[in-house]
Amino acid sequence: MADATNPIKQFEIHPIADFSIGGWNLSFTNSSFFMVTSVVLVAGLLSLAMSKRALVPGRSQSVAELLYEFVAGMIRSTAGDAGLKFFPFVFTLFAFILMGNMLGMFPYFPAPGFHGFTFTSHIIVTFALALVVMAIVIGYGVFKHGLKFFSLFFPSGVPWPLYILLTPIEIISFLSRPVTLGVRLFANMLAGHILLKVFAGFIIMLGSVGALGVLGAVAPLIMVVALTALEFLVAFLQAYVFAVLTCIYLSDALHPGH
Amino acid sequence: MLAPESQSEYAEGAGHAAEAAFPPFDPTYFASQLFWLAISFIVLYVLLSRFVLPRIGGAIEERRDRIADDLDTAAQLKAQADETVRAYEKSLADARAKAHSVAAEAKAAADAEVAEAIRKADAELEAKLAESEDRIRASRDAALGEVRTIAADTAVVAVEHLAGLEVSEDDAAKAVDAVKE
Repeated sequence: MADATNPIKQFEIHPIADFSIGGWNLSFTNSSFFMVTSVVLVAGLLSLAMSKRALVPGRSQSVAELLYEFVAGMIRSTAGDAGLKFFPFVFTLFAFILMGNMLGMFPYFPAPGFHGFTFTSHIIVTFALALVVMAIVIGYGVFKHGLKFFSLFFPSGVPWPLYILLTPIEIISFLSRPVTLGVRLFANMLAGHILLKVFAGFIIMLGSVGALGVLGAVAPLIMVVALTALEFLVAFLQAYVFAVLTCIYLSDALHPGH
Repeated sequence: MLAPESQSEYAEGAGHAAEAAFPPFDPTYFASQLFWLAISFIVLYVLLSRFVLPRIGGAIEERRDRIADDLDTAAQLKAQADETVRAYEKSLADARAKAHSVAAEAKAAADAEVAEAIRKADAELEAKLAESEDRIRASRDAALGEVRTIAADTAVVAVEHLAGLEVSEDDAAKAVDAVKE
């Protein structure tokens, strides 16, 4: 019973197949299982949707095209047409995070370890994704603009004495980007899922008290239903926010001078 | 949410519950997560960028091209239709003008024929009138001539009865003539 009401249980990682390389523990875990499932679902569903490739799209093809246009529009509006060279990357990022978040919404999943799992609720994952984004921003920026990329830290149209104040702020804000980008997604998923599980735990605890408890459990049940709806919104919204911020940062790499 | 292996899991969890507090910050599986994240992400990126996204983009592009083509074709067909309508209207106007001229010609011809017929009929009537008048005059003259003879005869008979005189017809005629004048 302790397991059933423990709100932290859902974040536990269980190894399924142990294996290690050079002393590193690289076991295939339930986290890995959900990542691979996300990949299979995203690629599989999109391929399935586009299998007919009809001129007049059916329902699934419409959704796939909608998603495509949605991400393309997002890039175009934040980074301009030049940003479209990062389209596959941003789309992959968005689809991967969205699928991970949505898979996490299953309260029970026939997965190894037998509990739902959200790989985006682990900071190492989100932080790694954020670092990949920043690596691409810096790498592409320096490759494309050379030292001019660092004019990012010297906003134009400012009297030069202000640079003493502005440049450190710009540098700090730039360096904090991967942290905020990673923590935002991680914290949202973590907090939401803990909240869901806490209220779900209330239902079980009250339900085990007796008839009056079962009656009282209606209140947390309503709460859980409402929170589930909210979490679906958050699951989509955080994937979207991650992708939009990625686009904005990429825009800096594309046009550092502004 | 009791898992089948929860017995052992739970025992194990309780075992290192003291050292590893919060799963998201537990570094035991950091390397594993990074490793599988890298594999998953790269595989997904390759799959999407190589196969799936070009397919979706291609379908959208194809549709856009097709629609543009169809619009072009429609515009072309419309131009053709307009041309046809113009030609049709022109031929219609021509035909109408021609019909007008034919009608006018026919009317003129008919008018001329009617005028001719009227003229001929007038002439015939004129001739007949003249002839009839001649005939009437001749009959009157003849009738007048006979009146003279009858008058002379009547005079001869009247004289003979009244006066007992024998008058020749010539004399009687002369007397009638004298009276008449």
